[in-house]
Amino acid sequence: MSSEYLIKQLSVFINNEPGRLAQIAAALKECNVNMKAFNIAESSGFGVFRAIVDDPDKACAELSKKGIVVKETNVIAIPMVNRPGGLLDVAKIIGDAKINVEYGYAYMNNDEASFFFRVDDAPAVIERLLAAGIKVLKEKDI
Amino acid sequence: MYWNETIEKMPISELKDLQYKSLKSLVNNLYSFSTFYHDRMKEMNVRPNDIQSLSDITKLPFMNKSDLRDNYPTKMFTSPKKSVVRYHVSSGTTGKPTLVGYTANDIEFWTESLARSLTSVGIGDGDVIQISYGYGLFTGGLGLHYGAERVGATVLPAGTGSTERQLELMIDLDVTAIACTPSYLMHMGDVAKAMGIDIRKDTQLRKAVLGAEPWSDNMRKYIENELGVQAYDIYGTSEISGPMFSECSEKDGIHVWGDTAIVEIIDPETGESLGPGEKGELVMTVLKKEAMPMIRYRIKDLTSVMEEECACGRTSPRIRRIDGRSDDMLIIRGINVFPSQVEHTLMHMPEMTGQYMIVVDRVGALDLMTVQVEVGQETFSDKIDDMLRLKKKISSELKKYLNIGIDVELMSPGSLPRFEGKAKRVIDRRKL
Repeated sequence: MSSEYLIKQLSVFINNEPGRLAQIAAALKECNVNMKAFNIAESSGFGVFRAIVDDPDKACAELSKKGIVVKETNVIAIPMVNRPGGLLDVAKIIGDAKINVEYGYAYMNNDEASFFFRVDDAPAVIERLLAAGIKVLKEKDI
Repeated sequence: MYWNETIEKMPISELKDLQYKSLKSLVNNLYSFSTFYHDRMKEMNVRPNDIQSLSDITKLPFMNKSDLRDNYPTKMFTSPKKSVVRYHVSSGTTGKPTLVGYTANDIEFWTESLARSLTSVGIGDGDVIQISYGYGLFTGGLGLHYGAERVGATVLPAGTGSTERQLELMIDLDVTAIACTPSYLMHMGDVAKAMGIDIRKDTQLRKAVLGAEPWSDNMRKYIENELGVQAYDIYGTSEISGPMFSECSEKDGIHVWGDTAIVEIIDPETGESLGPGEKGELVMTVLKKEAMPMIRYRIKDLTSVMEEECACGRTSPRIRRIDGRSDDMLIIRGINVFPSQVEHTLMHMPEMTGQYMIVVDRVGALDLMTVQVEVGQETFSDKIDDMLRLKKKISSELKKYLNIGIDVELMSPGSLPRFEGKAKRVIDRRKL
């Protein structure tokens, strides 16, 4: 039931060197991958590029063929309203539900915005959100 | 000043005669009492009687570090175990250590050799010497300690680390000489500066006996100018006992006492002997060693030999400053590291893809070793925490086997160079 709410995210490992992001971007272009949202997390000496894309399974397979280490992970998406306090509404929901967010990032399209976030047990968290009457986005909603 | 004038100034022809006699009796002994060496000689079809002159040494088989590893721990010992009074241990090529044992006489020969060396640089009675080499399994600390006590110096057994405290003691105890690695002395200089201590003015330090890692004449100039000390090169490896031989006050080559050892230089590729002045691989035969005799031991350090008498009047052959290695051993902060050890450690971690590179830098006075490893599909995680945990795991595994702190850098697959034929997995950027 909750599985239809799982959003597939692609993660790619990148070396912390000039030109590495361009290399990944070129591969995404060659594989004809369209992104809806992405973020880059960096640590000492390396980074992780994470993206929500149109056809994640196909993109994952194409990138792997190019020798790029890519991983599919499930994340959760909640709609946000594009106005001051929009994030607070979402943060309160997540906080009240005592959900521990590993990381998160946003996507915005005119007045509509979405908050993508990663938790340890996504299906269980989705159940809790739905039970509390919170709107959770499906892949086709994005 | 000489410690043993008779030996140190012995005419070269007499010294060679002494060497021949010692070699002959050593070979006789080993042929009778060492299964290891007996078998080696038989394989090469050499008998003790084939040694009829000093140059016949070239008929004898070589020994290698792998022999020590293969015969670990004590299979090569030629003395009963109960007559062994001490062990020292150094790192081996594949994670297995190299063990060296000493009889009471071995310690005595070692101490005597260092007493001559320290005397030759003018360290003796009235000096206070700070031994800032590692004490313990490493040979440097205890070796120099015994040598320095023998010449009547006051020893401060400081060991390594706690640099600020070492500097305070140096001042409080009027230390006049120090024995340590050249990079540690440079590090001390930096720390002193940061503490507002001027080693030239605020201390009595005038002499430094430096070794256990490669260094250069440029480093010597830097140390002497910066710290106002005279810096001397000391040489040895655990297989030949430890630090054994040093330069004299002339700073023109390391005196290898002729009654104690025979030096040869060979072509590392062919094993052919090279003449004086020709650069090649150092091969040493230790004439005075009981628990673990070393004949024609291939140390793999590159140098050349000078046979003529030194300006100081000493007649033993001298070797020039070590100028690299004929194998891939690295010396990181005084510790021997073989790339094969890194490989061995990584191969035992199922997470690893097998692709790695070793990068060595010198930051300030300290060596910094970085191991770059490629991240595989199975180990990659979208969570930074997981990746940091992996990084930490690799570096603590490496630390466990190599005994030094190593930085780990995670790399994306395919980003490290691939090799056809012999892999060159080490980039040494240190400028000595």
